[in-house]
Amino acid sequence: MTAALAASLSSQGHSFLSPTGVEIVFVLVGLAVLGAAVLTVSTSQLVHAALWLVVALGGLAIEYLLLTAEFIAWVQVLIYLGSVVVLVLFGLMLTRAPIGRSPDADSGNRWVALGLAVVAAGTLVTLVVDAFRCTWMDLPASGSTSVNGSTQANGEVLFRYWVLPFEALSVLLLAALVGAIVLSRRHREEG
Amino acid sequence: MSSPALQLATEDLSVFGVDPWWLVVIKAVFCFAFLVVTVLIAIVWERKVVAWMQLRIGPNRHGPWGMLQSLADGVKLALKEDLVVTASDKVVFILAPVISAIPAFLAVAVIPFGPADHEISIFGTRTTMQLTDLPVALLYILAAASVGIYGIVLAGWASGSTYPLLGGVRSAAQMVSYEIAMGLSFAAVFIYSGSMSTSAIVDAQKHTWFVCLLPVSFVIYVISMVGETNRAPFDLPEAEGELVGGFNTEYSSLKFAMFMLAEYINMVTVSAVASILFLGGWRAPWPISTFWEGANHGWWPLLWMIVKIQLLLFFFIWLRGTLPRLRYDQFMKLGWKVLIPVSLVWLVMVATFRALRNKGYSFGTDVLYVGGAVVVLLLLSIVWDMTRKREEPAAASPSEAFDPMAGGFPVPPLPGQQLPPVPRRRSRTTSQSVAALKGADEDAN
Repeated sequence: MTAALAASLSSQGHSFLSPTGVEIVFVLVGLAVLGAAVLTVSTSQLVHAALWLVVALGGLAIEYLLLTAEFIAWVQVLIYLGSVVVLVLFGLMLTRAPIGRSPDADSGNRWVALGLAVVAAGTLVTLVVDAFRCTWMDLPASGSTSVNGSTQANGEVLFRYWVLPFEALSVLLLAALVGAIVLSRRHREEG
Repeated sequence: MSSPALQLATEDLSVFGVDPWWLVVIKAVFCFAFLVVTVLIAIVWERKVVAWMQLRIGPNRHGPWGMLQSLADGVKLALKEDLVVTASDKVVFILAPVISAIPAFLAVAVIPFGPADHEISIFGTRTTMQLTDLPVALLYILAAASVGIYGIVLAGWASGSTYPLLGGVRSAAQMVSYEIAMGLSFAAVFIYSGSMSTSAIVDAQKHTWFVCLLPVSFVIYVISMVGETNRAPFDLPEAEGELVGGFNTEYSSLKFAMFMLAEYINMVTVSAVASILFLGGWRAPWPISTFWEGANHGWWPLLWMIVKIQLLLFFFIWLRGTLPRLRYDQFMKLGWKVLIPVSLVWLVMVATFRALRNKGYSFGTDVLYVGGAVVVLLLLSIVWDMTRKREEPAAASPSEAFDPMAGGFPVPPLPGQQLPPVPRRRSRTTSQSVAALKGADEDAN
């Protein structure tokens, strides 16, 4: 996306003090995502935590849509909402999915975890703010074919500049797959 | 293959998104009404067809020919007591039918009912017969379907009861695994159409429908669409014999009605997607299009689209009337060990041929070669499967005597176990002649 960003950061004259409608909606959805994410880790009802995760990931998809990246948005819904969280729910229901509060959901490490989360979030926010300080990306009008977030733009950037991370990720997934097979085989021999 | 099929379809969606607001409202209302009316008709149609297949009459009390049965059922459901189970998670319990029904309505927004070049006129405004289109319309349809899974999973969990929970778990596993095969069959279509927008895919089938070019993808899509909509013979999440009512056991009244509505709307949606991807969408079928130039223009495409959707709905009903439900392990075996490997191999073949043709190699009969190779592969796999199955009973036959009362109460035999022979009187027909049998009957009288 850096190429797409770099290509369109030329515009001047934007101000934080006169936001457009899209920017206001973007910030509001962002706040909702943040709230849902906090609830995900703080609620003591296991299945509700998964559902708040759905809200957070779905909110991210809306943010992508607001940035006119339709492909990424629907892939986000399809993979994260449609597969990952469904599998989380599936795992919860296969083991135990109590209705109501789970008293053992409060970890003893929560203050350490909170500290780590704040440090990580601080680092990332600083990084992103510092990287894009006053960069404005012009979102083209809907209907035009050369959208920054179009399938073609994403494909070209992904398979030209980001091939190595892409392939490394697929190796990671393969490792996870092999690991799952190894784990399930060992269980069968014991049982 | 002619030259238009060689080039990637040019994706021009500039005709969409220019309608005045009142036209958008009219189209959205039409889409909603189309779905609801189709569902009302489909329910009566299903009951009638299944009744004929079972030599019954079917509903015939409400309205002419029983056509108003669905309306009566709807009123009846609305007047029933609305139960909320005490042990349930109240918020999720009420939210689940809503989550199930709303995504079902979304997908129809990108279904084309006619050509995308302003052929029809509504109140003097030239427009397209489609609410809207996206460059990634089919991803949008898949995403809407995957959100619909939550309705069933959460209904099963929130009921706070064992059978619904099992139904919810089953539906989650089922839909996730059949979505993979479905996505792979989509991918073959994308390779040939060069676009993920529904109108461009229909345009790419101007000369040859994709069902002829990609028959294996079509078969895989049809199987996985039945699995995806939880319909017989893949209706394991609501298997009456095993799970009472499955995920909707604890639901009544309008909440239950919303699950029914969502199921039937999903049937309509996947049928519409099947006709768009493989059956030429709104295009007239072959013999008609040869002698009638106007068949693909004006309002006529709406007719072909509806006919195709209705035929596929009939196919769903036909399956339900003829096939018994699969066992869960058979079902998962079919999904993971047959559909996904076959569609992966097929996708690699399609991509190879497509790439070779883009390089300029010409394959006049490539479809035949690919199809033949796949058919041979499938036949080999079937033969292998059959020979392997024959070994199983042979290995299990020398088992010890089965005692049905061993656990203290009578149980049926497991596969491989033989029931002890039941003492019976010898059959008369095998030992005596018919005349002697009659004589014996007369003696008895």
